[in-house]
Amino acid sequence: MTTLVGTGSLIRLALRLDRVRLPIWILVTAGLVLATASSVAELYPTEASRRQIAATIGSNPAMTAIYGQVYDTSPGAVVMWRLAITGALLVTLMSIMTVNRHTRQDEEAGRLELIGATVVGRHAPMAAALIVATGANILAALLIAAGLTGQGMPVDGSFLAGLSFGALGITFAAVAAAAAQLAENARTVTGISVLVLAVAFVLRLIGDAGSATWVSWLSPIGWLQKAHPYAENRWWIVVLLLAVAIVLIGAAYALVSRRDHGAGLVRPRPGPADAAASLNGPFALAWRLHRWSMIGWMIGFLVLGVMFGSIANSATDLVKDNPQVARIVEQMGGKSALIDAFMTAILGIIALVASVYAVQATLRLRAEETSVRAEPVLATGVSRLGWALSHLVFAAVGAAVMLVAAGLAMGVAYGISVGDVSGQLGNVLEAALVQLPATLVVAGIAMALFGLAPRYVIGSWAALTVFWLLGQLGPMLQVPQWLMNVSPFTHVPKLLGDISATPLIWLSVVAVVLMAVGLAGFRRRDIG
Amino acid sequence: MTHAISVSGLVKNFGRTRALDGLDLTVSEGEVHGFLGPNGAGKSTTIRVLLGLLRADAGTARLLGGDPWGQAAELHRRLAYVPGDVTLWPNLSGGEVIDLLGRLRGGLDPKRKAVLLERFELDPTKKGRTYSKGNRQKVALVAALSSDVELLVLDEPTSGFDPLMEAMFRECIEEEKERDRTVLLSSHILSEVEALCDRVSIIRNGRTVETGSLAQLRHLTRTSIQAELAVEPTGLAGLPGVHDLQARDHHVKFEVDTAELDGALRHLTTFGIRSLTSQPPTLEELFLRHYEDEPK
Repeated sequence: MTTLVGTGSLIRLALRLDRVRLPIWILVTAGLVLATASSVAELYPTEASRRQIAATIGSNPAMTAIYGQVYDTSPGAVVMWRLAITGALLVTLMSIMTVNRHTRQDEEAGRLELIGATVVGRHAPMAAALIVATGANILAALLIAAGLTGQGMPVDGSFLAGLSFGALGITFAAVAAAAAQLAENARTVTGISVLVLAVAFVLRLIGDAGSATWVSWLSPIGWLQKAHPYAENRWWIVVLLLAVAIVLIGAAYALVSRRDHGAGLVRPRPGPADAAASLNGPFALAWRLHRWSMIGWMIGFLVLGVMFGSIANSATDLVKDNPQVARIVEQMGGKSALIDAFMTAILGIIALVASVYAVQATLRLRAEETSVRAEPVLATGVSRLGWALSHLVFAAVGAAVMLVAAGLAMGVAYGISVGDVSGQLGNVLEAALVQLPATLVVAGIAMALFGLAPRYVIGSWAALTVFWLLGQLGPMLQVPQWLMNVSPFTHVPKLLGDISATPLIWLSVVAVVLMAVGLAGFRRRDIG
Repeated sequence: MTHAISVSGLVKNFGRTRALDGLDLTVSEGEVHGFLGPNGAGKSTTIRVLLGLLRADAGTARLLGGDPWGQAAELHRRLAYVPGDVTLWPNLSGGEVIDLLGRLRGGLDPKRKAVLLERFELDPTKKGRTYSKGNRQKVALVAALSSDVELLVLDEPTSGFDPLMEAMFRECIEEEKERDRTVLLSSHILSEVEALCDRVSIIRNGRTVETGSLAQLRHLTRTSIQAELAVEPTGLAGLPGVHDLQARDHHVKFEVDTAELDGALRHLTTFGIRSLTSQPPTLEELFLRHYEDEPK
């Protein structure tokens, strides 16, 4: 197989390049899974408590939609139920990024051309990337399996749990490998792969929330949740995931031979010979660069909003079946308070996703700088401040657009489901916009790093991950309050109708200061 | 005569590496100035300081009478820059980039753009990522040449060009010269520099090692002499400016500093010249002498 010549050297190169990144991914994934496992085990120590949570979740489509069914009342099964989604996100994102990094990203940057001209077969770069990603997934799987066993769970269930995560990761490594053959640039490859991930998530959500449970079977994430470790132990799910991976890899392998180096299967169309009169300044340029990404994200937020808005009302089913919870809810302010709590929880997640948009839009500045596209623009009459602002505006306004889109969609969908659109829309929209200052703080962190320490802009992703983990797992892991306070999302008012302006003002001030510091730093530093 | 660019004692460090180490550069208004040096000598760094993209650690730099760092944006309206490595936006067509860059500088001449597109045989409808290196450079060059500016800063603009395009480029720069525009041309192509430049600065390791017109620079180099003499010559090795002397019977071969040529020839005539070949220094020799690491 001469087309695979050199795979070994490329694997070593990839491992050398990823020697920090990959171990961190693997350790964070395994560590997070194990930390959740031990805290969930503590939370539901008795059979009775586990039966109760299973019943509560089972009767509540909203909760089922997010976390899936509790398929069994064994301790391991409850742990698996709780961490399936988080674990799935971590392994799939790790796989997508690793494969993209060593295939299309290198090809786009011209680094693969340098390598391709040496004794390296045509399929070697993809093979090397897939082998590295597969190895990382197997390592994560084994760590999870060993860790769960170490916490006293049955060995066979623990290994199935670990391996099902690993197999899901490998499947998405294959998705990224196929996407890398279709698109010419790495951003689109990430886009296609993440879209597949999002569709998989939405399919299982629809299947689990409604009566059409077969829909979940269309989704690899749905399969992961149906492996049922510590219960039926369906090992064939792992085989199913790997089979899909093999088919995708086969397709990608065939596609490599059908295309030229540097090209994708989707050919770019020619553009206009002259620029439209409107393309006349840094903002117009930034709009050209951001608009499709912005529209794509906005559609995503509309879909999310409609989805959660339409299931919010069923969150109250919880009350009917469970007198204990009903009493608590009564104290909190009745049924509407419960819906409010559900909505704010969902909007909290939506705000995190909006922050992802804001960070990547801000870091577009850095991407423009390192790809030397900023230099010719900054060598014209455009000032540094004007150029930086032209992108920052799209991060900030874009984040607001995303939250408004999600809030509008959620408000209308929820309003329709309770027959009161005019009454509910304003509330939900307000609750969505309340998240904006915290989101802008995250964009501010990215901007400050860009201005002051451009080599470390990746730290803004680290910060966002920490905020996400604190928000999702902090309360369960009983993280001390001072640590919770680090996250701007901790300070967002939690209940609708009772929104205090003080924290919002403070968050806005912090966001503005961070952005100003970043802009000032950028005006003083070297470009490049 | 006023100076379009005047730089003196420029120092720039990147961490522990010293990229510029007291560099001097003067470009008069209306001249085409060749900027030469081996890879890594600091040519691009100097240009980026002049464009206000990098902040110098020491020394002074003046550009079109202003401060390149403090007045970057306003000075940039009066110049056009072609980087050595042109990267375009993948989704913008070449024509869009040309118009955009021109407008960002304060406008461009659409007629001139059309003429240049034709002369450089550039298809403006292709998207950024589908251009080859040479064509990406043409995009930047057409954008620069169709802007109405006083100064052109060109950083190895022809490194991806074929000979035909190279000739077209020279023609264009000749035209710019006639319009009294100032050009700073960083280049590796010696014939290009020889054909276009009024004056040249050679830099090495972040310092200017030579500057002047080509004639002046030639004067600083050596002429090689081969002669057959009637009598075996003596005392040649002791003459000032004579190098690499090889003598066999009546034949001698040596190099002499052009400034000392007269003295050397006078000395030779005393031995009766039978035949004489004198070779003036080529530009290559001139540059190689400066590029190569000379033993201290």
